[in-house]
Amino acid sequence: MASEAHAHPTPKTYWLIAAALAVATAIEIAIPYIEVLDPVRAPLLIAFGAAKFVTVVAVFMHLRYDLKGYRYVFSIAVVVAILMFIVMLAVFRAL
Amino acid sequence: MATATDGVFEVDGQTDFESTGDPIHRTRKTAMWVFLGSEVFFFGAMIATFLLYRHTTNGGPGAEIFNIPFTSATSFVLLMSSLTMVLADNAFQKSDQRQGRIWLVGTALLGLAFLAGQIFEFTEFVNEGLKISTSPFGSSFYMLTGFHGMHVAGGVLMIALLVAFSLRRRLSPDQGMNVELVALYWHFVDIVWIVIFTVVYLLQI
Repeated sequence: MASEAHAHPTPKTYWLIAAALAVATAIEIAIPYIEVLDPVRAPLLIAFGAAKFVTVVAVFMHLRYDLKGYRYVFSIAVVVAILMFIVMLAVFRAL
Repeated sequence: MATATDGVFEVDGQTDFESTGDPIHRTRKTAMWVFLGSEVFFFGAMIATFLLYRHTTNGGPGAEIFNIPFTSATSFVLLMSSLTMVLADNAFQKSDQRQGRIWLVGTALLGLAFLAGQIFEFTEFVNEGLKISTSPFGSSFYMLTGFHGMHVAGGVLMIALLVAFSLRRRLSPDQGMNVELVALYWHFVDIVWIVIFTVVYLLQI
């Protein structure tokens, strides 16, 4: 079976990722205050939040570098939770 | 077949990051991921509940009382604590106990700063008339953010224990897994706040 080993992230990588997350957070905070972005505010905020979520899980939690089994366990939980979330809001007409 | 190269353990061609190859370690790590998966449902249900009741204020205060600049600052603090935690984990992997302890203490202090911010925020909201019994909005808001705060407090306690273990008998490489498990928990608490900050705060103003 082919090896799926990835190089260990270095502290420098962690600092760069943290800097990127800080910039993303700053943009995220600014979005509600920029009127021209009002029509796309919700999708933009959700996109930034999702990108930060995935980055932390992939790099800081090492899911990108780890056994696929861990990835499946967590991904299945997130997908099912999102489906549950949508169904719950739809049932109560809150979507 | 299992092989170990440069600190990366491989099982049937897949990388088992940070593991020493001990099946018990893999079992514990799998258990942690399953636990975190169950926590996704826990917080997912509470966030959905908040969204259901976000407009049910019973004439009391609603999302307009949120202090976004202040919460942004505390969110940034928690986000940066993920950096210090991953640096602590990295140091312990390299058996650099001293450096690891420094980053762990930094993480705990950032966690405490976040909690202090949350206590201040709750106090301000109560003074402005938003109590847990004021409205479904207040109940769902305090339940969600309060439970998250309790998770942060639990994480700070676990980090304090790791520092104590490290000081007393030094965390040996085969115990280094404990640092990684606590780190996974801490990063999870951070990603939950990323979602709460976006959905509960930024999308409501």
